Amino acid sequence: MEKYRIDPTKGLEFGLYSLGDHMRNPHTGEMISAEQRIQELIEASKLADEAGLDVFGVGESHQTHFATQAHTVVLGAIAQATKNIKIASSATVLSVSDPVRVYEDFATIDLISNGRAEIIAGRGSRVGAYSLLGYDVRDYEELFEEKLELLLKLNEEEKVTWEGQYRAPLENAMILPQPQNGHLPIWRAVGGPPASAIKAGYAGVPMTLTTLGGPAVNFKVAVDAYREAAERSGFDPTALPIATTSLFYTAENTQDALREFYPHIHTGMLALRGGGYPKQQFAQATDHRDALMIGSPQQIIEKMLYQHELFGQQRFLAQIDFGGVPFDKIMKNIELIATEIIPAVKKYTAGN
Amino acid sequence: MNIVLLAGSNVGSKTRTAMDYTLKLAREKYPDAAITLLDLAEFEMVFSDGRNYWEYEGDTKYVTETIMAADAIIIGTPTFQASIPATLKNIFDLLPVNAFRDKVVSMLVTAGTAKHYLMIEQQLKPILAYMKAQIVQTYVFIEEKDFHRKEIVNDDVLFRIERLVEDTVVLTETYTNIREAKEAAYDF
Repeated sequence: MEKYRIDPTKGLEFGLYSLGDHMRNPHTGEMISAEQRIQELIEASKLADEAGLDVFGVGESHQTHFATQAHTVVLGAIAQATKNIKIASSATVLSVSDPVRVYEDFATIDLISNGRAEIIAGRGSRVGAYSLLGYDVRDYEELFEEKLELLLKLNEEEKVTWEGQYRAPLENAMILPQPQNGHLPIWRAVGGPPASAIKAGYAGVPMTLTTLGGPAVNFKVAVDAYREAAERSGFDPTALPIATTSLFYTAENTQDALREFYPHIHTGMLALRGGGYPKQQFAQATDHRDALMIGSPQQIIEKMLYQHELFGQQRFLAQIDFGGVPFDKIMKNIELIATEIIPAVKKYTAGN
Repeated sequence: MNIVLLAGSNVGSKTRTAMDYTLKLAREKYPDAAITLLDLAEFEMVFSDGRNYWEYEGDTKYVTETIMAADAIIIGTPTFQASIPATLKNIFDLLPVNAFRDKVVSMLVTAGTAKHYLMIEQQLKPILAYMKAQIVQTYVFIEEKDFHRKEIVNDDVLFRIERLVEDTVVLTETYTNIREAKEAAYDF
C-alpha cells in the first residue's frame, strides 16, 4: 500500500470528487457561470483540505452540463491552493489523451503539490469526447488498454522505448518532469460490471470502482473478481488498494437530505441519461444496504461501515455536487463529513 | 394525457389503416387528450449509434422526443419474418433502457396469417417489459381477411380496438393516480 501512499492502519480514506457538473440549481432555477463553478470547486478543495479530508478529485466530461473539461488545469490550481490533501483525477479519460502528456501534467501537479498527485484513468461513460477529440468510439476498448499500458510503463521507467497502434513510437524518450519520488499512484476507473475490474486485477493496478446506486452487495462481484484476477497474475491482492465511489448527499436528518437532494439527482439524471430518478428507488436508498450515499450522517456512517465490511476497501470517494448542488450545500456537506462522519468511520476502520 | 400512436413500419398499409381507426376512435372518445400519430413511413430515421436520443437531429430527434414525452403509447406493428419490423426495433434501440418507465404501452398487430398470433408475446412484450413499460396485456390481432380495400370489415376487430383504446387510457389514469399518491407520501 505504501507504493500508493496509503496507510490502512489510519482507517478508511475519505475523499471528495466532482465531474465539474455545471447545471441549473433545480430548487431556484439559478445557473451560475462556468467561472464561478470552477472558482467554487477550488474553494471546496480548500475547505476539504482544512477539514482534514484525504482526497480531492476532479474529472473531465467533454459535453454540455460540465465545466472541468480541462481537469488537469483545475487540479493544478487546487494543488497550489491546498496543503495536505491528495489530489486525483476522477477520472482522466485516458483513451482520448496522449499518455505522455497526461503523465507530464500529473508529474507537474505532483511537484506543485509536494507529492500529492494521483491519476485515476478511465474510458469515459459518455462518448462525446471521442468525436470531439478525434477518436473512433469503435476503438473504445483497445484505445484504453494500449494507453493504460503505456501510462504504467512511463511510471516505471524514466527513459521509455515503446511502440503501439494509437500513438507514435517512443525511442529512449525522456519523460519530464519526473514526479517527486519518481512514481505516481495510478488507478484504473471501473464501472459496475466485473469485466473492467478483472482487467485491473490482471494488470495489478489499483481499482476505483463506481457504485452509483442499487444494492451494495451487487458490487461485491467486481471486488472479488478483481482480487482473484490479481492473484492469478501473481500479484498480492492485499497490497493493491481499492477505492469505491458514489453520489453523496448528507444533511442533519434523513428527510432534509432526501428533500434537498432529490431535485438534483432527478434533474441531473434527466439531463444526462434522459430518464429521471424514480422516487420509489430513491426512497429505498437510505437503507444501509443501498450503495447510494444519501441520508443523515448516522445513515452514511452505517452505509460506509457496512460497505467496508463487504469490500474491505481502502478509500471512499464521494461525488458531492451531482446535478447542480450549490456551493452553500457543498460547504454544509463538507462540514458534516468532517465533524460527524469521518471521526466515526476512522474510529471503526483504523488499525485493521 | 399525452398519447402517442406509433405505426412501426415504413411499408404496407394494413397497420396504418388500423392505426387510423384507432386514432379516430381515441379522438372521439377522449377529446381532452393530446394524441399524436407517428407513422414511421413518414419519417427519415437513422439507425441507433449509441448516442443519447436528444443528440440526434431532424426526424430521429423529433420521433424519439415525442415518444419520450408520452404518458401512453399505442404501438401498431405488422409482422415481418415472424417478428417486428427492423424500423420498430430501431426505435427501441434509439431510446434509453428505462424509456418506458411510468408509461403505459398497448399493442395492435397485423399479420398475413393467424399463425403469427403469438408473435407479440414472444417478440414485442419482452422488449417492452425490459424497457419498464406498464403493458396492457390484451392486444388486438388483425389478419389479412379482416381488411378489405383499406377498411376493417370485421366488427370484432373494431370492438377490440375500442376496448384497447379504453384500456390504455384507464390503465394510464390508474397508474398515474397510484404513482402520484405514492410519491406524495414520500415527502421529498
